[in-house]
Amino acid sequence: MKISEITNLLNAKVLCCGDSLDNDVFSACGSDMMSDVLAFVKNQAVLLTGLVNPQVIRTAEMMDMHCIVFVRGKEPSPEMIELAKDSEIVVMATPMRMFEACGLLYTHGLNNTGDLI
Amino acid sequence: MSTPLVFHYVVDGENFTSAGEASVQVKKNLRVLGISPEIIRRVSIAMYEGEINMVIHAGGGEADVSVEPDGITIVLTDHGPGIADVNLAMQEGFSTAPDNIRALGFGAGMGLPNMKRYTDEMKIDTELGKGTKITMKVNI
Repeated sequence: MKISEITNLLNAKVLCCGDSLDNDVFSACGSDMMSDVLAFVKNQAVLLTGLVNPQVIRTAEMMDMHCIVFVRGKEPSPEMIELAKDSEIVVMATPMRMFEACGLLYTHGLNNTGDLI
Repeated sequence: MSTPLVFHYVVDGENFTSAGEASVQVKKNLRVLGISPEIIRRVSIAMYEGEINMVIHAGGGEADVSVEPDGITIVLTDHGPGIADVNLAMQEGFSTAPDNIRALGFGAGMGLPNMKRYTDEMKIDTELGKGTKITMKVNI
């Protein structure tokens, strides 16, 4: 799934690295616990979270994730945006709740096996 | 035999915001060395979890990363309280992290299990009241 499609499906606002919206992601992980995210390794993944602190960006960086979606209207700090720019990670924010956002992406073909359904 | 390339970092125990900076730097250094992305990811996740642990539980510590032809070794040393029951600490879901750390997204009880999961060898030397030394190796 193109990152731009995620933006459209989730009615999200892109906060940085908008020039990478044409990149593909193949899996997703939704969690507010970063240690749970770190137990999950898939290539070219998107992270959905309602947690807002710099460790979210570092966790995504460690996992080689390409995109972070902040749910429930949460917005990252300028410091977090700078970290994400350094790591070339697309950051966006959606007013949707986690359940709704994950459900929409799943039903549109993004599942957690890393394969398109 | 060639001398291993060694990176040394001091992990600041006072600032949770900066936790992980050493792991980010290791990742950059390994990229420059041309190590494969899969190996880099395993090393950096294991080290990141260890770094977070040192900040949460031990007031910081030191990290040494050695790069040799057959593998990458990470040694994390702290002078914190030590681990009372290593077997219990290795169980997924067990955590002694306080609530304020859970609110920051850690303390799910996955740190040590993740470190073991992503490395080929892991050894924990710990003594109550003295500190902990964790040695991990990822084979190349």
